[in-house]
Amino acid sequence: MLVRYLSQIGRYFLMLKEIFNKQTKWSVMKRLIFKEIDDLIIDSLGIVCFISFFIGGVVAIQTALNLTNPLIPKYLIGFATRQSVILEFAPTFISVIMAGKMGSYITSSIGTMRVTEQIDALEVMGVNSLNYLVFPKIIALLLYPFVIGISMFLGIFGGWMASAYGGFSTSQDFIQGAQMDFIPFHITYAFIKTFIFAILLATIPSFHGYYMKGGALEVGKASTVSFVWTSVTIILFNYILTQVLLG
Amino acid sequence: MIEVKNVEKSFGDTKVLKGISTVFETGKTNLIIGQSGSGKTVLLKSLLGIHHPEVGTIEFDGRVYSNLDKDEKRDLRTEIGMVFQGSALFDSMTVEENVAFPLRMFTKENRAAIKERVDFVLKRVNLIDAHKKLPSEISGGMQKRVAIARAIVNRPKYLFCDEPNSGLDPNTSILIDNLIKEITEEYDITTVINTHDMNSVMEIGDNIVFLKNGLKAWQGTKEEIFKTDNQAVVDFVYSSNLFKKVREAYLKGY
Repeated sequence: MLVRYLSQIGRYFLMLKEIFNKQTKWSVMKRLIFKEIDDLIIDSLGIVCFISFFIGGVVAIQTALNLTNPLIPKYLIGFATRQSVILEFAPTFISVIMAGKMGSYITSSIGTMRVTEQIDALEVMGVNSLNYLVFPKIIALLLYPFVIGISMFLGIFGGWMASAYGGFSTSQDFIQGAQMDFIPFHITYAFIKTFIFAILLATIPSFHGYYMKGGALEVGKASTVSFVWTSVTIILFNYILTQVLLG
Repeated sequence: MIEVKNVEKSFGDTKVLKGISTVFETGKTNLIIGQSGSGKTVLLKSLLGIHHPEVGTIEFDGRVYSNLDKDEKRDLRTEIGMVFQGSALFDSMTVEENVAFPLRMFTKENRAAIKERVDFVLKRVNLIDAHKKLPSEISGGMQKRVAIARAIVNRPKYLFCDEPNSGLDPNTSILIDNLIKEITEEYDITTVINTHDMNSVMEIGDNIVFLKNGLKAWQGTKEEIFKTDNQAVVDFVYSSNLFKKVREAYLKGY
């Protein structure tokens, strides 16, 4: 079992190396990158905005409901919402959700190409199929921090709406809390995490799709396995990066 | 010309190709036939460089594949056209984008020249008004013709076809067979076809290689296959009553 996992990890790193070998012609690659930006980034904005806004609201409400001691100031709702959203919710929670959305899309699309011999067709033509298929996804996901930036803003905005309009605190209190003891490095930390997660989101599902074997049923299985491993890796890296950057 | 010399290939403990030697000639339709599990697909994939034989060599007009470096192998592959069993067209591209793909990837031709060439080959395979359609919007026979157009658009020296007739009705099968034969002769390319289809064997088999249990059991032309007394070939090719009767009629001189 351990040997199998180690050999898979080794194969993953060999895949990473191969992605950057023999580049596809720029005129072709440019179009692929724009297509991936559309499929992976633009198409994810709707669900990210929706989830961020409402989870931000729920975080604010939960915080407010747990502040039962009258001595604790209401502006802590804004503070807690900002910290939760910027440090964990937007970079990590959204990335786990994206492991499901983007990850299953990437695995199933590449897996289907494998099953229908489209990857063999690329290879036979002399195309570096890993570069052709995975490199544009990596480049497209360099815009992923932009998605997380929007998620951060909407999460805090959702918290403010729920808090101010739900009668849990005044607008001024929430804004005061949201600005209190702000540490700019937390934003840097969040975006460093996001960048690493973006690379994982592009490459782990690609790995599972590219090296899958079998037919249509196995494409479904590969998507599930890819989601599990992408999520596990994101959570693991989240811990390591938090320890290294904030510990 | 492709020369296969003593090629052996194993998967685990199973030896699939057991020292195959043969020559696939230029300007001819070379067919690989044999029962399922005889090693046809493994031989074809070895010719394509997808499988790497442990023993023996494959030479493309004197170039030994295993001696080429990575870049030389990729360059050689640009000289190869391949028609896959399931066509393997790119789902996200239209018919004309699929056909233009090898030109966009490997040539410096401008858009107008690419369009002209794509129109020419699509016309050559009798597809005139499907340019803007997606593969999912056309029939299996049309997909095969698009696959042939894509395979020949970059003027390949070698054309490989993996069961080009599978899933097609008899009329379309004959059209595809004839198209491949015409293209082979017209462009003087080395064509290797992996097939189960006995109609193809009788129609276009200029050079037929019969595999059995990973060995070359027989080689000859479509005329010779009627006369052979090789029991393995007779059992395989004339397993249906129709072909038995065709053979009997041929031998009686009808």
